[in-house]
Amino acid sequence: MRYIDRSRDYYAAHGYDKPYRWAHYDAVPFAALRRPLAASTLAIVTTAMPDAGYTRKTRRLAVCETAPAPAALYTQEVFWDKEATHTDDLGSYFPLAALQALAGEARIGRVAPHYYCVPTTYSQRKTLEEDAPAIAAGCVRDEVDVALLVPL
Amino acid sequence: MCHQTVSLVARALEEKGIATVIVGSALDVVEHCGVPRFLFTDFPLGNPCGKPWDRAMQRRIMELALELLEGAAAPRTTLRSPFAWGDDRWRERFMHVTEENRAALRAAGEARRRSQSLDKERPG
Repeated sequence: MRYIDRSRDYYAAHGYDKPYRWAHYDAVPFAALRRPLAASTLAIVTTAMPDAGYTRKTRRLAVCETAPAPAALYTQEVFWDKEATHTDDLGSYFPLAALQALAGEARIGRVAPHYYCVPTTYSQRKTLEEDAPAIAAGCVRDEVDVALLVPL
Repeated sequence: MCHQTVSLVARALEEKGIATVIVGSALDVVEHCGVPRFLFTDFPLGNPCGKPWDRAMQRRIMELALELLEGAAAPRTTLRSPFAWGDDRWRERFMHVTEENRAALRAAGEARRRSQSLDKERPG
């Protein structure tokens, strides 16, 4: 599935004539693992929102605690294939339980005490200048070694 | 947009020395942006971590993500999960523009623009 091509036609049909300019970089940063995964702290970043208070118009970065684990997250106003599937099972898009089980088996050191619900936006500037640095700062505070990011 | 957003976040984390892996289903968006490590699950958007209620698949996908974190030697490393969705009709249907839905899409776009324009007129 070529989402960039498909979305160009889709939004043109909505009357948006100027094609969206998707983020593109030639250079890609690459951090090596600092320590073995069995000794690493792992943080999760999702594009789901904590609850229905985070609507399309009001959503913002949310820093949430991993304990207690959420029973559900709010996905209704994020763009995903609502005809083909559903998000009734948290584990299908937010892998906290699976990762906690792997931490219990010492496959990873621990799951970080916070996870991040990052708002999706057309504004790359907002993500780059506001949300990404805030997530990075939170990860540094929690002494996070590795991050697993799960877009819907 | 979800995949682009997390791709930008992954880049920022890497620059702080935090190794990242993205687990997602929009291969072209992620690779167009450019990220260090990407585990591609070729599923409809919404279940990047595995089919709903399939705990064995969800666990295996997490194991693959961890193996990618450990095994990638260079940026732009993409690993494909071995799982298939099964029913492939979503590929044809999702965001598909047809003569049947063209008028409805146009109307939805106009409604959205009207709503955005009202927001801009509101103080504060």
